[in-house]
Amino acid sequence: MEYLIQGSVMIEKKPHFITFDNEIQHRSLWGDVWRQFCMHKGALAGVIVFIFITLLVSFGPLIHGIDPSTINFRERNLGPSLSHPLGTDNIGHDTLAQILAGGQVSLAVGFFAMLISLVLGTLIGVLAGFIKSLDGPLMRLTDLFLALPILPLLLVIILLFRDTLRTLYGPEAGIFLLIVFVIGITSWMHTARIVRGDVLGIKEREFVTAAHSIGTKKRRIIFRHILPNILSPIMVSATLGVANAIITESALSFLGLGFPPDFPTWGRLLYDGANFIQITPTRVIWPGVFIALTVLSVNYIGDGLRDALDPRLRGK
Amino acid sequence: MLNNNSILKVNKITTRFLTQDGLVHAVNGVSFNLKKGELLGVVGESGSGKSVTVLSLLKLLPMPPAEIVSGQAEFEEQDLIQLDVNQLRKIRGGKIGFIFQDPMTSLNPVLTIGYQIAEPMRQHMGLSYNQAHKRSKELLELVGIPNARNCLSSYPHQFSGGMRQRVMIAIALACNPKVLIADEPTTALDVTIQAQLLDIIKRLRKELGMAIIWITHDLAVVAGMADRVAVMYGGFIVEEAPVEELFSNPKHPYTLGLLKTIPNLEGKRAEKLESIPGQPPNLLVKPLSCPFGPRCNYSFERCNRENPTLIDRGKNHKVACWLNADSGERL
Repeated sequence: MEYLIQGSVMIEKKPHFITFDNEIQHRSLWGDVWRQFCMHKGALAGVIVFIFITLLVSFGPLIHGIDPSTINFRERNLGPSLSHPLGTDNIGHDTLAQILAGGQVSLAVGFFAMLISLVLGTLIGVLAGFIKSLDGPLMRLTDLFLALPILPLLLVIILLFRDTLRTLYGPEAGIFLLIVFVIGITSWMHTARIVRGDVLGIKEREFVTAAHSIGTKKRRIIFRHILPNILSPIMVSATLGVANAIITESALSFLGLGFPPDFPTWGRLLYDGANFIQITPTRVIWPGVFIALTVLSVNYIGDGLRDALDPRLRGK
Repeated sequence: MLNNNSILKVNKITTRFLTQDGLVHAVNGVSFNLKKGELLGVVGESGSGKSVTVLSLLKLLPMPPAEIVSGQAEFEEQDLIQLDVNQLRKIRGGKIGFIFQDPMTSLNPVLTIGYQIAEPMRQHMGLSYNQAHKRSKELLELVGIPNARNCLSSYPHQFSGGMRQRVMIAIALACNPKVLIADEPTTALDVTIQAQLLDIIKRLRKELGMAIIWITHDLAVVAGMADRVAVMYGGFIVEEAPVEELFSNPKHPYTLGLLKTIPNLEGKRAEKLESIPGQPPNLLVKPLSCPFGPRCNYSFERCNRENPTLIDRGKNHKVACWLNADSGERL
């Protein structure tokens, strides 16, 4: 116990880990995680920025009120003004409206593509690491995917399936599904490799044998004993995955394989603006700033989550 | 011998490892009987096959490279060696508990103590999370951890080595096992903690009435704890006897040498600690002669020709040696 002396009164200050049976507050796991997460200043800043961007692209268009597809040749290549806070492009689109609309798509693509690649990569990595007979085939498959030239592959997939999906789900939803899927299945390989390596190391540890010795089922050993131990590399590749997906989507849109030209995404805006960088440099700067901020904030969040989820780092 | 009060009957277990250098003959036909409520001490130097023997019983060895070539282990009218993994899983942790050597690495660092103690109970006794949680608290109190409720939500790194080993004991005892296998449970701990844990095991053994196989290097621990002792060397049991008989009247030259190595507290201080000259046997060579022969002061021609079998020399004292230590007669 510490005692603080204030004036003449002695105040008993209770340490937070007080351990008398009748006085303990049960600390929940997620409470602990949240407390540790808040200690990470970068992560906290990341959360604030990310929430801000998400709110902006979700509700911004309602407030701003200009349709991103409105074309007005009289008001082209304008600088910032009250009616067009970020100016207009060469055919009179409002840049802010386009960035807000594009943000919705880019964020959604980044998030869902990351999810697909994460699940796929973790699954393949865990299977390869845990089941010896699957290790060879699955890792060669991973090598195969890594060796494939991604861009021609994307080209073929998109050419093959674009029209089918378009007729099935409509032009926008169809393309969205296709892009998310394509990015997801071409970016899981690094996660799989990292996860496999970690699983190989963890499964030889004594606590896994100990888990076997109390009769734990294999599935439970994988999910409850091994997976939580490799959470940090998974977290890191998840956050990198979001950034990667946003950038890949930009590249696809640039090649005309992504969303249709009148359908704004951050990557598309960036590439379209690149031709006009001398006339209206803000057209390049703003999408770039948004991509960078999103990627950075997601990375910091991942960093903080990793620290918070590791009980060995927690409480230090 | 009366077999109806034995709970685990191990018969000629042979385990080999297939390595790059060839076959390692780790355990070569080890047989023993564990009676109900008995504490069997297994002693021997590193690499004598103590751990591999008990790990083979529950098939906890990585297979391959390990391979159980032959043998039976009769437990509750089942042969453990013949069971497949799914059937074994019901026995592991449920009816046979296991304590590992190193408490620092045997607990999962990212799961709470409470979860890890509750796991076997949820697995084997079908308890709900809350029931298991309640019993976990009792178990922690049983193994002498104060403030058990708070400890349940702690993580292993917040515990000291002794506390972790208590947790390991609590996990092993969670489902009231009939047999507890302790694989050098006190080796990684300092002497005071070791003494505390030995007391706990002694007390729990009386309270719960389980049979224990206690593997150790430490002859002092065995002398204080065990009912019966088996001495292992080179993958064989070379001598097996009730504890007092073994310490007062060792019959195998290896046991004799082992007992001589214990420094004496009383009397004149020896110049040098006793040791047994030579190296442990090379397990890559198939043992056809007495494994201790090359290091034995008493060896003679037959020792290099034939491997002695474990023979009862009276008073339940079994020795595998061609020399009759009592009469000096060469068999």
